[in-house]
Amino acid sequence: MANKVIYAVYDDPEQLKDGARKLVSSGIKVKDVFSPFPMHGIDPIIGITRTRLGIVSFMFGITGTCLAVLGIWYFNIFDWPMNIGGKPSFNYYQNVPAFIPVTFEFTVLCAAHGMAITYLIRNKTLPGMPCSQSRLRTTDDKFIIEVRTADNHGHSSEAIAELLRQSPVTEINERQC
Amino acid sequence: MNFTISKRASTLSMALIGLGAIATIVGVIGDHSDHHQRTWSALLVNGFFFLGIGLGALFFYSLQNATETAWSVMVKRVYEAIMGWIPVGAVIMIIVLAAGTFGMHHIYHWMDGTLYDKASPNYDAIMDGKKAFLNIPFFWIRSLAYLATFVFAANWFRKKSLEMDGLTGESLVRTHLLTYRRGALFLVFFAVFSSTLAWDWLMSIDAHWFSTLYGWYVFSGMWVSAMITGVILVLYLKRKGYLPQVNNSHIHDMGKWVFAVSFLWTYLYFSQFMLIWYANIPEEVTYFQDRINHHPALMWTIFFINFAVPMALLMARDAKRNPRYLIGVGSVIFIGHWLDVNLMVMPGANGHHFHGIGLLDVGMFVLFLGAFVRVVLGTLAKAPLTPVNHPYLEESIHHSI
Repeated sequence: MANKVIYAVYDDPEQLKDGARKLVSSGIKVKDVFSPFPMHGIDPIIGITRTRLGIVSFMFGITGTCLAVLGIWYFNIFDWPMNIGGKPSFNYYQNVPAFIPVTFEFTVLCAAHGMAITYLIRNKTLPGMPCSQSRLRTTDDKFIIEVRTADNHGHSSEAIAELLRQSPVTEINERQC
Repeated sequence: MNFTISKRASTLSMALIGLGAIATIVGVIGDHSDHHQRTWSALLVNGFFFLGIGLGALFFYSLQNATETAWSVMVKRVYEAIMGWIPVGAVIMIIVLAAGTFGMHHIYHWMDGTLYDKASPNYDAIMDGKKAFLNIPFFWIRSLAYLATFVFAANWFRKKSLEMDGLTGESLVRTHLLTYRRGALFLVFFAVFSSTLAWDWLMSIDAHWFSTLYGWYVFSGMWVSAMITGVILVLYLKRKGYLPQVNNSHIHDMGKWVFAVSFLWTYLYFSQFMLIWYANIPEEVTYFQDRINHHPALMWTIFFINFAVPMALLMARDAKRNPRYLIGVGSVIFIGHWLDVNLMVMPGANGHHFHGIGLLDVGMFVLFLGAFVRVVLGTLAKAPLTPVNHPYLEESIHHSI
């Protein structure tokens, strides 16, 4: 049997939450939910694990800090010490207050650019990538639950659709995948 | 639900007051400085630090009003309770300033009239140049204007908040919009007063020195102390079974404020330090030379506690959602900011007579802490802990991040 993907379309986030709760309580795994805006309280219902973006941004930030310290030490202390306003230029430690602003800025720069690139990669929206958005209405006023039969071997697509119809769903679309 | 002070909290705060009073008395007896200058400066440190907590809470409260913030509605009574200390703190500030004016101490060197007398050997041309701003009548006009504004604003916000409990519908919204406008108006006053009060009460101790960043630096210290006090108080109330509708998201947001304002403080502290260090002008570096040469341990401890501790320990999401942890880290930063006020006042007020934090300082801190807790809990018990009516109450109850 070919695997199917089911899209259940709702008009309202609360109705979608009802539908998602019904599915989950029947042991069906919800692949994802699409919405025009962030929906409060949906994550625990469909069992989304906590985002790791915070850790990623910390990693980018700390990389920036390390690169900045290394760079400043190499340029201004090791390779070519310069006399700027008579400040001690022969070791890093004595001149560190002057280096803090640059270190801070470079940390922010790396974190911000790293996160922007991560965002594009995770969303598969890097420049030149094909548009994979087949649920365009979720950028407007529709709320969609996506269920894949590949994740739910115990349930037929008909049974899933039947369950969905018990909630105020407006339409159900199926696709082969 | 109304809050009643538990017997334990009552005895504990009385014990703090008693213990603090004994330590203070012992400290005062051991204070052999001229005019008991050391005692007066300790009173200034603690009077200002705890008044600053009240002012930080008042600032944050009007900020919440002016931005119509919804999530904090659940905990607004806590900030109102902290604001309850402002009248007491104002009286203590007046006592310290009056004692200075009448020559009972010489914390404020510029109050000495002979500095401005060209015939006197004490004549000080620099101080004479600052006379247009730094003279006793104008100083008192300013000080009383600040304190009157703060006491009035705190009472007014409190009154309107209690009034809103009995209102519904149209009149509730009207009162809410009035507090919104008054909140914005108070912020305008506070923007000026928070800077100038820091110049008047703290920066004028080192009267020859000045820093344009000083006002914001002092203000950020007050603000972060108030945010810590707020979150610790909320966690205490929750542990006692009050505020059942305050959820993890509220706590998380309050923890974020502690984290964020700690960096505001670090940013301002470091900006002031780095610019003075870099320019290296004699008249500017005196302030830091005094502190780095004579009190290096205190100076770097403060920077470490108030910057590195929140940075390392409060960055994680779980840290801000764990009550015990938050109380522990918050208390450490709280002490850090108290030490910071000590370092602002003590070296300038006592010169080489200041050898570090002693029994007198700790005793007076404990005494003030006990009194502060009593006043705040007393104010808390006077009104329903959660506001009965507020346009954003429902939204605040469902706060989720």
